[in-house]
Amino acid sequence: MAAIGGLRRLCSIGLSAVSQNSGLKALRLCQYRAFGVNGALRQQPFDSPTEKPQFPGASADFVDHLEFIQPNVISGIPVYRVMDRQGQIINPSEDPQIPKEEVLNFYQKMTLLNTMDRILYESQRQGRISFYMTNYGEEGTHIGSAAALDPNDIVFGQYREAGVLMYRGFPLDLFMAQCYANADDLGKGRQMPVHYGSKDLNFVTISSPLATQIPQAAGAAYALKRENVNRAVICYFGEGAASEGDAHAGFNFAATLECPIIFFCRNNGYAISTPTNEQYRGDGIAARGPGYGMMSIRVDGNDVFAVYNATKEARRRAIAENQPFLIEAMTYRIGHHSTSDDSSAYRSVDEVNYWDKQDHPISRLRHYMTARGWWGEEEERAWRKQSRKLVMEAFERAERRLKPRPELLFSDVYQEIPSNLEKQKESLWRHLQQYKEHYPLDVYDK
Amino acid sequence: MAAVARFLVRASGSSKASITNVSNGVHSKVGVSLLRVSSGFNPHAKTQKRHAAHFTFQAEPAQTKYGPTQKMNLFQSVTSALDNTLASDPTAVIFGEDVAFGGVFRCTVGLRDKYGKDRVFNTPLCEQGIVGFGIGVAVAGATAIAEIQFADYIYPAFDQIVNEAAKYRYRSGNLFDCGNLTIRAPWGCVGHGSLYHSQSPEAFFAHCPGIKVVILYRAAVDQVPVEAYHIPLSEAEVLQEGSDVTMVAWGTQVHVIKEVAAMAQEKLGVSCEVIDLQTILPWDTETICKSVVKTGRLLISHEAPVTGGFAAEISSTVQEECFLNLEAPISRVCGYDTPFPHIFEPFYIPDKWKCFDAVKRMINY
Repeated sequence: MAAIGGLRRLCSIGLSAVSQNSGLKALRLCQYRAFGVNGALRQQPFDSPTEKPQFPGASADFVDHLEFIQPNVISGIPVYRVMDRQGQIINPSEDPQIPKEEVLNFYQKMTLLNTMDRILYESQRQGRISFYMTNYGEEGTHIGSAAALDPNDIVFGQYREAGVLMYRGFPLDLFMAQCYANADDLGKGRQMPVHYGSKDLNFVTISSPLATQIPQAAGAAYALKRENVNRAVICYFGEGAASEGDAHAGFNFAATLECPIIFFCRNNGYAISTPTNEQYRGDGIAARGPGYGMMSIRVDGNDVFAVYNATKEARRRAIAENQPFLIEAMTYRIGHHSTSDDSSAYRSVDEVNYWDKQDHPISRLRHYMTARGWWGEEEERAWRKQSRKLVMEAFERAERRLKPRPELLFSDVYQEIPSNLEKQKESLWRHLQQYKEHYPLDVYDK
Repeated sequence: MAAVARFLVRASGSSKASITNVSNGVHSKVGVSLLRVSSGFNPHAKTQKRHAAHFTFQAEPAQTKYGPTQKMNLFQSVTSALDNTLASDPTAVIFGEDVAFGGVFRCTVGLRDKYGKDRVFNTPLCEQGIVGFGIGVAVAGATAIAEIQFADYIYPAFDQIVNEAAKYRYRSGNLFDCGNLTIRAPWGCVGHGSLYHSQSPEAFFAHCPGIKVVILYRAAVDQVPVEAYHIPLSEAEVLQEGSDVTMVAWGTQVHVIKEVAAMAQEKLGVSCEVIDLQTILPWDTETICKSVVKTGRLLISHEAPVTGGFAAEISSTVQEECFLNLEAPISRVCGYDTPFPHIFEPFYIPDKWKCFDAVKRMINY
């Protein structure tokens, strides 16, 4: 009996048929064993390396020596560049030949964003708005990619892509209205500053949770594919956000469900204080793309033309072939993470200065324009003055405006206000009647 | 024997939206449709001493107000609802893990063949991806019906549901919404599902403004209208009128309290009013409070653990609204504050004897 028990353990571990020493069971177990042996004898001899593996999970050849695949992080995916730091086109065949007017537009949008950043950053320092995040050093990634899109393409962003809205013509007044959360804010003053959104400009409202937009963007791209209207989706995120589970979800879904989407990663070296060597150990984000079966490229994010070219081609192919593309734009976060952060606590001023002074997307484009005689000191002075005036005027208008009506706290939770919320709204109203002097009602719309 | 209960969670949609055989929704529906399959109910099985069903199905009288009906169990009626939706809404898509071949609970059988693989498709195995993807589909204006294979596995998508789906409309000032999203998921105990095939997570979602949580039940086999029809959300249904005690439940537990009502009548001469809450959020306070004003006593029962369970919300609200009418403390008969156990399920669930005892104590208070 001990032998049968041993046999049973050998042959049918995990099977529920239990062996209480019945002769019938022993017989069956022996048959099972015999069958196993016959099966092994009938197997074709394993003859040569020419035989193909038949596993459903991958298409590959056998290999007869043990070798782990090594990541290539020393010599990573190269950084695509169109012009050098002096604004010189390196390879004429890659020159996008963008007409003068449009190049001037690029420059003006980048610098207008920069001017707005400076003024709003200062206004936060003075306590006039509660929070702000600048775009210093990443203006080229916004403008270059936005210019390569169709205005109907849907944009999902993280929070450091205000230049995309700027390029699409979002009025300064609405940027300010959102940051001030005044009565003109399309978002009805409900979100923190820089959480912009515009239905008309197909820019999906920003939310704070990182990377949540990535699988959402894949879903939106799938819906656009079914509509068959030649629209694509672009989804921006930082290299830190790419560590979230949602990034993995979004990349994998976009690939398996064949979505016309461009994943645009702004790799600026830091996620708040965390440098990239604490964020990942592979070759950045671009190297992950092929792992998902995704066409991928790395570009110089301070080269607006490189960004433009890559985005343009990715968009063309994403729509034509219904497949996702990954662009990793290498750049540097020149500003603090936000107004609640002092980046000198974790990185050197020299490091920041290098990027600000030696390799900035705005100065690079200016070199390019100057070399062509499209821009000079005079134009620069006049535009600085004008852009500052535009921003200051919008700023002052926004500051004077009242906040939205307090009852807007209750709408849009659902499409219709449910009865429990109606009651809560009435209860607040009654409360305010009695205690109005304790609330800042004078700064809110009536 | 098959399907019993159905649980839906929906996001920032209109309160008038419907749940049953159609979702031509222009509204956010994070629907979690829960299916109970009980393999331990075979009366002829002698060898296996698995605990018998803790409830009995009672088919409703056939309704004809919605046109011709057909006998369907719960999973067939879910398929029928999905079928009606795909037929009437060309943008609608169904996706999740293993839905293409018909689903592990057979809720999507035949739909891929009928409507095409671009409309009924498998996703990678990733719940946060499924819900995030569904939100995106809905944001782009199409109708997304996502499936989470078990309610127990909805937590990886908690962030997408709570921080994203629920807040999309509000945070954007109504510029964007994901009102066309429904999430369905099988829900509740099944007899042997243990920790991760038995959960009733509705209370986690009930604390989240912006979504709707719905649980419907149906007898094993019932007459179901073939054509699309609507059951309004946020409306409880009084299944049986009574005068002494109000009993509130949802999902399978409705079967339990229906039986308890019969026992209370027979053994104690107590008349129970039986209410199926149906929508957890936003819930129908009016129907419940009206009933308690009449009966003066309230028993709430759910499978989920008692602490922080949705019965606490109902109890507290009724106490506030009906203080002068209450003749006994409100009674909550719920799961214990433990994970859902495997071999101890018969002792864990708030079965009819536990509910019956609570009725007895309330009457004698």
